[in-house]
Amino acid sequence: MKIYIRATGNISPQKTFGHQFLTESLEHTGDRLTCVEPDYKDIIDVKLIRRMSRIIKMGVASAMECLQESGIAVPDAITTGTAYGCLEDTAVFLTKMVEQNEELLTPTAFIQSTHNTIGAQIALMLQCHNYNNTFVHRGFSFESALLDGMMLLSEKEANNVLVGGVDEITNVSHSILKRMGLYKRENVSNLDLFIAKPKGTIAGEGAAFFLLTNESSANDYAVLDGIHTFYKPVTIAETEQQILSFLSAQLISINDVDLIIAGRNGDLKNDKIYDQLQASIFNNDNIVNYKHLCGEYPTSTAFALWMASNIIKTATIPTIISKRASKNKLKKVLIYNHYQNINHSLMLLSAC
Amino acid sequence: MDKLINDLKVQIIAQLNLQIKPEEIGDDQPLFADGLGLDSIDALELIVLLQQYYKIKLSNAEDGPKVFKSVKTMADYITAHQPKV
Amino acid sequence: MKSAVFVVGVGAISAIGNNVTECLTALENEAAGIGDIHHLQTVHRNKLPVAEVKLTNEELALKAGLSSTISRTALLSMVAAKEALDDAAIENISSLRTGFISANSVGGMDKSEDFFAEFLADNTKGKLRNVINHECGAVTELVADKLGIKNYITTISTACSSSANAIFLAVRLIKQNMLDVVVAGGTDALTKFTLNGFNTLMILDQQLCKPFDENRKGLNLGEGAGYVVLVSEKVAASLKKDVYCALSGYANANDAYHQTASSPDGTGSFLAMTGALEKSGLQPSDIDYINLHGTGTQNNDIAEGTAIKRLFADHYPKMSSTKSFTGHTLGACGGLEAVFSALAIKHSIIYPNLRLETPMVDLPFVPERKLLKNVPVKNVMSNSFGFGGNCSSLIFSKL
Repeated sequence: MKIYIRATGNISPQKTFGHQFLTESLEHTGDRLTCVEPDYKDIIDVKLIRRMSRIIKMGVASAMECLQESGIAVPDAITTGTAYGCLEDTAVFLTKMVEQNEELLTPTAFIQSTHNTIGAQIALMLQCHNYNNTFVHRGFSFESALLDGMMLLSEKEANNVLVGGVDEITNVSHSILKRMGLYKRENVSNLDLFIAKPKGTIAGEGAAFFLLTNESSANDYAVLDGIHTFYKPVTIAETEQQILSFLSAQLISINDVDLIIAGRNGDLKNDKIYDQLQASIFNNDNIVNYKHLCGEYPTSTAFALWMASNIIKTATIPTIISKRASKNKLKKVLIYNHYQNINHSLMLLSAC
Repeated sequence: MDKLINDLKVQIIAQLNLQIKPEEIGDDQPLFADGLGLDSIDALELIVLLQQYYKIKLSNAEDGPKVFKSVKTMADYITAHQPKV
Repeated sequence: MKSAVFVVGVGAISAIGNNVTECLTALENEAAGIGDIHHLQTVHRNKLPVAEVKLTNEELALKAGLSSTISRTALLSMVAAKEALDDAAIENISSLRTGFISANSVGGMDKSEDFFAEFLADNTKGKLRNVINHECGAVTELVADKLGIKNYITTISTACSSSANAIFLAVRLIKQNMLDVVVAGGTDALTKFTLNGFNTLMILDQQLCKPFDENRKGLNLGEGAGYVVLVSEKVAASLKKDVYCALSGYANANDAYHQTASSPDGTGSFLAMTGALEKSGLQPSDIDYINLHGTGTQNNDIAEGTAIKRLFADHYPKMSSTKSFTGHTLGACGGLEAVFSALAIKHSIIYPNLRLETPMVDLPFVPERKLLKNVPVKNVMSNSFGFGGNCSSLIFSKL
């Protein structure tokens, strides 16, 4: 049974909403890559919008765009991955709680802060009574949602699944993560992410949804061959072994991969793993990066999957992704990313 | 009373994040169900609004539907129950 | 013939006991754990009853073998998950593909809210170590690392159905032959964030809660953790101990009615229970006991009751809400109640629904008010219904 990526929807720091595939590149020179958002009033009923904070609007809008493209009104299941959840509402409620010493608090921010609000709001809008799950596991959040969706298809519990990965940056979260040393000290252009001073990465955010189905159609983006995650590998050899085993389980070797999309994030320590892999098993391979476009955040692989899907569908690699990558054959694309060397993930896609 | 009604409209719009102007809310327009379409969460917000701005505590949540029927009934309730300064 | 998945280990910590034996004793003695707030520093002390675990963080840390500076959510999780694994006593576990699927609602919020108070005044202040494990997934990883599990780890957060969904996913991963053993369940510690959050919804009872009582006033928040160890048939066959039961049915459905309230006719609940029955191949009349979600709120109990009325019409099984003992443990309740369900089967008992004085007028059945011993308990349904309309039902079956 094959799994097809029938449709996508993506709100990101590039102009990606409206099915634009990176024909225009956006440079960010601030301290974070914030999303280019549509006018939500065109997409979501005004009465519902008032109950949605930014991240929920991002998630709902990209899910709606995806569903519209798929031609499916109500999916058989909805699975969502978000590592941080609804940060803005969490901070609003916490702030009031502290400032007002737990008095005169109101419910809206609290109920909107629960992690499954994005998936729940989508279900509410669609009146979708079907399976609905939300994963909140750091750099595995989106992968877990994807695996759950794929399992539902192979179990024949669903013929189609709406799967998404969503995370936001807020001033509060950025401030805290910056104190933890994650980001570059000075502002750099995202286009210089891999050549700027090597310590730290740049914060990003995004909301990307996919409609997966076991039925092929004329307009599918790609086949999702498989995904694999592994946790805290001890040595680079272990990482190499995991990658090779994954490919072997997919009945291919590394030489059969036409393009690798890698999760380099511009931080020296973080990127050492990619350097090591490029010197060993990823030697000879066509490799491109993606985090200069979306920034670093736990569900960034949702952006990578969107990018891979479009590369296969259009058989092109926009110059903003890479000027040098070979476009000769783009039939098999591998995504490899790790989040803080804790959560590693692999996704393999093929042309239909 | 007119000032109170107008203030209330502004406060309700802000508290409930409504995307309308005060002039668009009728004094007697039903706030819940078919009128403005508010729901149970909004009712809880309005209870806090009463406390925050008017120092009135609605001890029985079941009185909510009566008190919050319209901006006018809210204004009447506030006038009747507001603690003397 | 579909492959079966078995419960071979259980672990629990809650307001009524620091381990499974203590919890079971309390359930049998009708001893609830709800009372005044002792550990949480909040203005609601002496006003709102809660169901706290009766151990300090230092005491929990000793039991868990972790630092007392980490989130209480993680400490509770470790205590219960370790108990479950020890109970399962799988000798060759290091050669098996093992997973840890945990659930919680607010991660390490107990520490983050302290951090936030200082941070708000000055954003260079606040100890970073208090916020480094804020994320739900970070709590899971702390425990996975201590348990030595790494083949598959993930975290689910769907409000009150979270740990039921974790158990449900674990069953599917084993059936799909992706894992051999999974420790699944959930955890949540009391936090000011959740206590105040629920208070704003005006669904907290200022007295001890009365689930399924006509005059119920709301829920009492609780804390705790509950995990089951699930294994494939092959692994179960290799174990010396008897299994507790099989996990024969499971389903998740969405109410899609309102952000927090359930639809009056309990659509989501009905669909979840129906789906679980279909999955198990059982009829409604085969269910001997329902462990109700039964929070004690006006809304949940009538919605759940109405759904049960629709589904079980005339063949009402015995039922009770153990939240009358443990309070509502949010992300942990599905896991905790899974443990109680497995124990009900093992010990042939049905727990009482405490403090039920006046049965609900609109329902044609009444939960059990007394403990029942030596009763046939072959199939147990456990319900967990959460915010966002997320409804899950699990069915546990005796072998």
